[in-house]
Amino acid sequence: MEAGTLKRNAVLRSRRNRTDRIGDPLLRGLSALAAALAVAAIAGIFYEVVHEAWPAVQEFGLKFVTTNDWNPVTKRFGAAPFLYGTVVTSFIALLLATPIALAISIYLTELAPRRIRRPVATLVDLLAAIPTVILGLWGILVLGPFMRDTVEPALNSVLGFLPIFSGDPSAFGYLTAALILTIMAVPIITSVTREVFETVPGDLKEASYALGATRWEMLRTVVLPYSRPGIVGATILGLGRAIGEAIAVAQVIGGATAINVSLFHTGGTMAAQIASQFAGSPSRLQKASLIYLGLILLVFAVIVNVIARVIVSRGTIGDAPIDPEDGMTEAAAL
Amino acid sequence: MSANQHALLVDRGNLRRRNALNRLVSWSSTVAAVLAVAVLIVVVGSVLLRGLDALSWHFLTTPTALFGESGGGISNAIAGSAIIVAVGAAMAIPVGIGVAIYTTEFAPPRIANPVRFVLDVLNGVPTIITGIFVYGLIVVPQGHGSGFAGSVALAIVMLPIVARTSQEVLALVPGTLKEASAALGIAHWRTVVRVTIPTAMGGLVTGALLGVARVAGETAPLLLAAGIFEQGVKTDPSQPLASIPVFIFQQSEAPSPQAHTEAWAAALVLIAFVLLLNIVARAFYARSQRRMKG
Repeated sequence: MEAGTLKRNAVLRSRRNRTDRIGDPLLRGLSALAAALAVAAIAGIFYEVVHEAWPAVQEFGLKFVTTNDWNPVTKRFGAAPFLYGTVVTSFIALLLATPIALAISIYLTELAPRRIRRPVATLVDLLAAIPTVILGLWGILVLGPFMRDTVEPALNSVLGFLPIFSGDPSAFGYLTAALILTIMAVPIITSVTREVFETVPGDLKEASYALGATRWEMLRTVVLPYSRPGIVGATILGLGRAIGEAIAVAQVIGGATAINVSLFHTGGTMAAQIASQFAGSPSRLQKASLIYLGLILLVFAVIVNVIARVIVSRGTIGDAPIDPEDGMTEAAAL
Repeated sequence: MSANQHALLVDRGNLRRRNALNRLVSWSSTVAAVLAVAVLIVVVGSVLLRGLDALSWHFLTTPTALFGESGGGISNAIAGSAIIVAVGAAMAIPVGIGVAIYTTEFAPPRIANPVRFVLDVLNGVPTIITGIFVYGLIVVPQGHGSGFAGSVALAIVMLPIVARTSQEVLALVPGTLKEASAALGIAHWRTVVRVTIPTAMGGLVTGALLGVARVAGETAPLLLAAGIFEQGVKTDPSQPLASIPVFIFQQSEAPSPQAHTEAWAAALVLIAFVLLLNIVARAFYARSQRRMKG
């Protein structure tokens, strides 16, 4: 009896040891394979985009970037109108989204009653969950007409002497696209800055209050300087999102292929141009030119994201990024 | 005299200016938060109001009409979206969780950190570029777009989302649990499969759901990869497939009011699905957080 049980246990144990001998390397190997797949995906993306863009790279070289033309008839393609559109729309979007996102984060970390903080934060996050194609649809049918009939005439009548606010209001154009991008960027920037604000040590804040600072003075001298790297990183992260958005922008920017100074005018961005022309591209060179746009966009997006990640991770890990004494002396000077 | 004693408490001069500025900032912060929530309500409200009119059983169960005809629906797009997203998720979820297990359980930091970095880069790749990649990788060799190509594109978009969320929750699993298991002489892989993963399950499900919610509305990669589809409900992933986001995109670009109405109705179906998934995902996350703390 005794011997039998022992024997059976020994058999079970050795069987278990055998599966363990396979199991450990197997799980390690499988999970390493998954990681290798992720690395292969990014390498494959770069290779494939360069490969597909190659005919256009050979044809136009670097002057593609400065050519202000997109003409399928003469087969002369250039990126300048779309580079311009991408830069202008993203810049306006960040100009609007960053202060709004900071204000929301201030509200959520300092002002809002505790009970409504989580629900409001969730609602702002949900804004990022709306599919961009739906945001674009809303842009075409609701925001666009509102811009044409209300916002742009008002801007024109007040600031019409500036070339960027001159010309006829229209539903589609740089400004409408920039506003849609703003709506997309706000929740992204907010979620990062809110987290960064929450890491500001309470004793620094209290020290500032103890010196008689008002809430805004405390924010300006403690929270904002302390969070500066996080804020910059979050903004760049929002930029990454804005320059890469293809669908919503394609829906509302109007698809012009030339640079227009007026923000009311229709234009194009790199991502939107690919989305709206890819399926209908008749010639191989045009398709390759679109992918050349994609290559520029990819390089842009990767650089922007890498910078943002580096800044955000540096800003939130480790010591306070500023010398706390700076904030103190400033608060004391009030 | 008594006025002088309370001079510090009276809101005037410099203090008045400082308090006014403080009120202005508080007020504008509140306005910003209200504005963000209002935009959400306005967008979702627009979709609800305009979509409900066109939404009907007929619309959900009829394939898209031939070009120029009215009275079509989105049954083919619903079927296509379901297949494309399901196949994509089936690829991305195991790989994503695998990457997370590798970086949190097996890889030394000098390998785990670069892998995390690669995931960040992959997360930053515009989805239209992912579409170009799959176009070159699958569509060109095959000669036409397909539902499967769309799935691969969505899987690539989803992978970093699933992997990053999974990494975070796996890292949260208490070390004491793993050590207790190791102290009992349990092999590492058994500890991962029997202890770490079950403990983190809620968070893993959250990551998967968020990934699905994110790609369900993706349009750009499908536009390039899923092909120009034929009429009628198709279910073969090796052939071009319709999808709800592409349907909305095409109808929104069409000039007719009828097309726009159909776009709103399809948008209602999509937004309901996406928001529901998001809410369920958050509920799972909250539950798993409680479980890991408790």
